[in-house]
Amino acid sequence: MSLTKDEWLALEKKAHELRNLCLDTTYWAGSGHIGGGMSCMDILTILYHKYLNIKKDDPDWADRDRFILSKGHAGIAYAPVLCDYGYNDKEQLKTFNLTNSKMGIHLDSNKVVGVDASTGSLGHGLPIAAGTALAARVLKKSYMTYCLTGDGELDEGSNWEAAMTINHYNLNNLITFVDRNHNMIDGNTEDVMKLEPLADKFTSFGFDVKKVDGQNIKELCDAVDYALASPRPVLILADTAKGAGIKMMENNYKWHYGAIDDKLYEECKKDLEEYYQKRVERVEREAK
Amino acid sequence: MAGGFVYTAVESTEMSTAEYYGNTLAELGREHPEIVALTADLANSTKIGIFQKEFPDRFFNVGIAEQNMFGVAAGMAKAGCVPFLSTFSVFASLRCADQLHTDICYQNVNAKIIATHAGTSFGQAGSTHHAIVDFAVTRAMPNLTVICPADGVETANAVRAAYELNGPVYIRINRGFDRVLYADPDYGFEIGKAVELHEGTDITVIATGSCAFQALQAANFLENADGLKVRVLNMHTLKPLDKDAVLKAIMDTRRIVTVEDHNIIGGLGSAVAEVMAEAGKGCGFTRLGLKDTFAPIGLHEDIMSMLGIDSNGIIAAVRDVMGKDFELDDNWDDEV
Repeated sequence: MSLTKDEWLALEKKAHELRNLCLDTTYWAGSGHIGGGMSCMDILTILYHKYLNIKKDDPDWADRDRFILSKGHAGIAYAPVLCDYGYNDKEQLKTFNLTNSKMGIHLDSNKVVGVDASTGSLGHGLPIAAGTALAARVLKKSYMTYCLTGDGELDEGSNWEAAMTINHYNLNNLITFVDRNHNMIDGNTEDVMKLEPLADKFTSFGFDVKKVDGQNIKELCDAVDYALASPRPVLILADTAKGAGIKMMENNYKWHYGAIDDKLYEECKKDLEEYYQKRVERVEREAK
Repeated sequence: MAGGFVYTAVESTEMSTAEYYGNTLAELGREHPEIVALTADLANSTKIGIFQKEFPDRFFNVGIAEQNMFGVAAGMAKAGCVPFLSTFSVFASLRCADQLHTDICYQNVNAKIIATHAGTSFGQAGSTHHAIVDFAVTRAMPNLTVICPADGVETANAVRAAYELNGPVYIRINRGFDRVLYADPDYGFEIGKAVELHEGTDITVIATGSCAFQALQAANFLENADGLKVRVLNMHTLKPLDKDAVLKAIMDTRRIVTVEDHNIIGGLGSAVAEVMAEAGKGCGFTRLGLKDTFAPIGLHEDIMSMLGIDSNGIIAAVRDVMGKDFELDDNWDDEV
């Protein structure tokens, strides 16, 4: 069912809150992978607030949908989502990265409630997601698995090994997102190691590829609705901006990881507010 | 033993070590529907294919893609399956070491890696297919239990015990047929407990894998030829190591020889040396294995002989250690 205007506005509001919480967490931690966190926040928002069939009071529910964050360094965005959802105490975010905290840069599935896989070493998430999707078949369960990879990490060959498996077993109970923010630690993905034509690559590996604006909640939701009804495994290639919502970070590879001081924090807050207003205006313009 | 599959010496002459594994896994599969099996194009070579024949819907061949296989298995384990993974030991421990470390061990998932073609047992394939550092790699991985059975019967015991243990387990078994050490499976196999194969008070030979049979042969020979009482321990579990058995050997026999089909760095010899050094007890000591070299190409038996990890090599090492005065300091009065 198509996204209603009210639903869209509610998701925009939630995404705005979560972007702010991600910024706060980066500020509390002193620094973090905020660029790649912001680029995927819309994807995380629609998953945790529209699609994932999960239970707040039963995080280990065997029939729950699974979410594998392959780009594990986006923990600075994922931890706020999991705390805001209610799996973990929000106060924990103030300990992010501190010695003996349960939460560090890469979230530990045995320590942070709601994390389905301990990721961080890149190129690991998609194989694990293929595994949870295959297990659903063996255990005769109807849950969905969602996986979010970065784009830079697609240089790792293990992703393409997993892609072959997903195609071979026609794992249409797995929906893969690629956060195509075009940047990695050392620069633009096309300068470091060419990924394009990326959609063609995934198509040739057997995916039904949907290209969307990854900062457009409506487009993302339409793509997930399409994927849920598809007889084939769908990959949602989400075109995004690193550091989305914060002007000086946007599309700047140097903000893969960075530190936020008091002055910068205020600037970022202002930017996020402006960004939210523009997003709401778009909803008013485009929603039917 | 649970189940009805009891192996005999007759079957040992007819079944390779990997066939014991495949049959045991199929038997476990009948009892436990959550068991799944994965391989990377080595269903037949590793004998995990025996499970495949009976449970095709619970078997997944991911192609020649070990990293993917370990990730997929971790995901399946996280979702409630108990995956058994099989490929050659050299690939299981090296090609996908990152996935073993992070997806399997760090997440502490209930996955069982049954790695075949261990040590130099695929001798003719050369060093690309010899697993001579897998003990070093797997021993250093937290949460992982590391087992090296001596023969087919012990493999069956180890595979069953691995299922019973909740957590990741690495078992390395040889290609082909092992010399039969156990005619009867009921000798009290227990993970982390060495098995005394031969009593002795003069020296202890601690062996693992197919070297255990060789050590027992050496002990029998030395008893007759030299009148030596050689204690032989089958150290089938590399981690957790049976420290008590090592300390007892130091106290009782004051001389130890370790034997393994592996580099002497990081394997059984290193593990025993660590226990000895931490105990602060000196002891005559020699490690047999690959002396930090790659192995030649050849039949496994020939390679074992060339490396000195067969009975002749063990006999020579025992005589050497017996002939050495390791107590160089006469006034060393704080010893055991």
